[in-house]
Amino acid sequence: MAAPKFEVPKLSDTAYTDVPKIQEGSMSHIKSFIAPQAPQEFLGYPWELADDWKERAIDRMGQLLGKYRSLRVFMDACVHCGACTDKCHYYLGSADPKNMPVARQELMRKVYRRYFTLPGKIAPWLVGAEDLTKDTLDQWYSYYHQCSECRRCSVFCPYGIDTAEITMAGREILNHVGMGQKYSNEILGKVQKIGNNLGLPGPALEDTLLGLEEDIEADTGVAVKMPLDVQGAEILLVTPSADFFSEPHVESLIGYAKVFHAAGASWTLSSHASEAGNFGLFNGNYETMRTVAMRIRDAALELGVKRIVVGECGHAWRVAYAFWNTLTGIGYGGNDPFSIEMQKQLDPRYKQPMHICEYTWDLIQKGVLKFDKSLNDHRTITFHDSCNVARGSRMGDEPGGQFTIPRNIIKAVANNFHDMAAETIGESTFCCGGGGGVLTDDLIELRVKGALPRMNAYNAVAKEEGVNFLALICAICKAQFTKVVPFYGFDMSQVGGVHQLVSTAIKLED
Amino acid sequence: MSALTVFFTGLYYIAAITLIGGLAYRIYEYSRTPAPLNIPTTPAPTTRVGVSLRMAREVVLFESLFKSNKWIWVFGWLFHVCLALVLIRHVRYFQDPVCEIIAFIQPFGMYASIGMVIGLLGLWARRFLVDRVRYISTPSDHLMLALLVGIGLTGMSMTFVAHTDIVALKGFTMGLITFDWQPVPNDFNLLAHLFLVALLMLVFPISKLLHVPGVFFSPTRNQVDNPRERRHIAPWAAALDKEQV
Repeated sequence: MAAPKFEVPKLSDTAYTDVPKIQEGSMSHIKSFIAPQAPQEFLGYPWELADDWKERAIDRMGQLLGKYRSLRVFMDACVHCGACTDKCHYYLGSADPKNMPVARQELMRKVYRRYFTLPGKIAPWLVGAEDLTKDTLDQWYSYYHQCSECRRCSVFCPYGIDTAEITMAGREILNHVGMGQKYSNEILGKVQKIGNNLGLPGPALEDTLLGLEEDIEADTGVAVKMPLDVQGAEILLVTPSADFFSEPHVESLIGYAKVFHAAGASWTLSSHASEAGNFGLFNGNYETMRTVAMRIRDAALELGVKRIVVGECGHAWRVAYAFWNTLTGIGYGGNDPFSIEMQKQLDPRYKQPMHICEYTWDLIQKGVLKFDKSLNDHRTITFHDSCNVARGSRMGDEPGGQFTIPRNIIKAVANNFHDMAAETIGESTFCCGGGGGVLTDDLIELRVKGALPRMNAYNAVAKEEGVNFLALICAICKAQFTKVVPFYGFDMSQVGGVHQLVSTAIKLED
Repeated sequence: MSALTVFFTGLYYIAAITLIGGLAYRIYEYSRTPAPLNIPTTPAPTTRVGVSLRMAREVVLFESLFKSNKWIWVFGWLFHVCLALVLIRHVRYFQDPVCEIIAFIQPFGMYASIGMVIGLLGLWARRFLVDRVRYISTPSDHLMLALLVGIGLTGMSMTFVAHTDIVALKGFTMGLITFDWQPVPNDFNLLAHLFLVALLMLVFPISKLLHVPGVFFSPTRNQVDNPRERRHIAPWAAALDKEQV
């Protein structure tokens, strides 16, 4: 690991992260790479500011205010009470006051007030309203890419103001004037053109899966299959493409395959929908998010599957659980031709879509899966609640199932489990620091600093309980932690997936 | 009628129309803006009844604020509860005869004014003492607190220091709602109190006081967590489906 060009925050002596005194401008130099012409053109955006950029920005803001009640209400309702000021992991890790959720919101709110409210038009100085300037636009670009849209602030706001909604709108306006982010927008191009965020073409995917089948058989002596594009399979598994080749992601993919094998399930992956992730969520463009999600519907209709199961990925699960029904008709309760076409194909006995953890836990409860828990005895495990799963979705029938089900699985497959401090898990969980479209090397300083609150909580259980494994259900969390835990003195092998633990302990029969 | 009475009578009609009309417009605007996606902050209730209870806890107990910060909660909750008692007490100026509940609440409402001002001063102190809150405070945040403290202090001065001519005041207020206008008592504390209250009514629909209707329209709080069972779709989004089929 090369020496970083910035100061890595010091771990505290406890599980908690001290609230720093504000240091104005400490992160103002952060600027993610700007998207060049090709991805912008593909997404239908300009790639440089035109003379009328200001009018375009205000115009787009007006459109979004008319389309999204969240944005409309959140622009008006804030009273500057300060409840959110110490809740963002990026503020806690960087001390830059513009990383306080309210200040991040104010970057847009001051422009909203100036152009859309009476007091802002007649007495801007009184209410903190300001003209939209190039400087403000640059601050938007910097600070709307220092938010991982994790929604922790929305838990603590007395009006439920969700900064993620404002960040998404901010990024959409930036895109609209020609300031897109390279990382996210290139991925949005790849997923639409090739089928997944990594740009892995169908034949390469097929090779990878064959290789994995051989590895599993060599390892276990059991011929566990990883079917691709099987017409008429019962289950379509949609998983983040990182599961196909990144470590430790691939260990979880092996885990899913073993679970399907042990259950005797008929399942398939799809080369057309070889990506659960949907970066459309991050950029506040409904149409793009819908287009990306439609690949799943198209693949499901084409393959004729009866069930759709989603692999370990946080934001993908939020989009699948909360938005797929809206975007693509995958779900129940629609009474229009578009959703009926999809619903009549799906097996109504099951939740649609279903999280892989719901699937596995269901089988464990039915006694279908057998484990040798001692095979995980070299691990003392803790579980990190991924932000999008924790605060933007659910598993099972009861609110909070997204917290209990993954933990129940871990406890069913391993003997040593310890939770991190209560204030850092569940609905109060801290983002890994890499979510929401910031998982790029040009934002490594942000990612390391943003991981501080989680690292403090992890460090505490590592010291006190001997925890040596951070179990995850998110591809972004896995990639982020693998990269940043070494900055805090931990080995990257301590990072892995819940189904990696399942894979270790599951007993297979031919 | 004296110029003073004409001024205050006119002021109160304008303030009332602004407050009611402005709020009605805002509520109309919020309700007609679609919420295209299901975005409750989870864990969230899975039924409408559950959401009503969540909203009730939010509005009555400030549940999220309690989770967040005990100091803001103590001062904020004290202020709002006391303000509610004070407002209910003031119904007596618009009722003749005064009903039992309002009569019963009278002493509580009188002392609640003290709690109200303490709550406000606590919130105001945070704007100076906590660096993060100082950073986000705008001039209008301070002026809003000054306005509310001013209303509280002028009101309390009439309750605890020098009583105003309460019979004449009631004549004035009853006159406003029966359109049988009566002179406003010429008492400085009272006139200051009435003026500041009218100012508050005027700025309500164009200021951060919109958090009052806003909280009820917040999608992260008022939506049911049932996206797999119910298709949640906005009219502008449904139009996209039609292109597909």
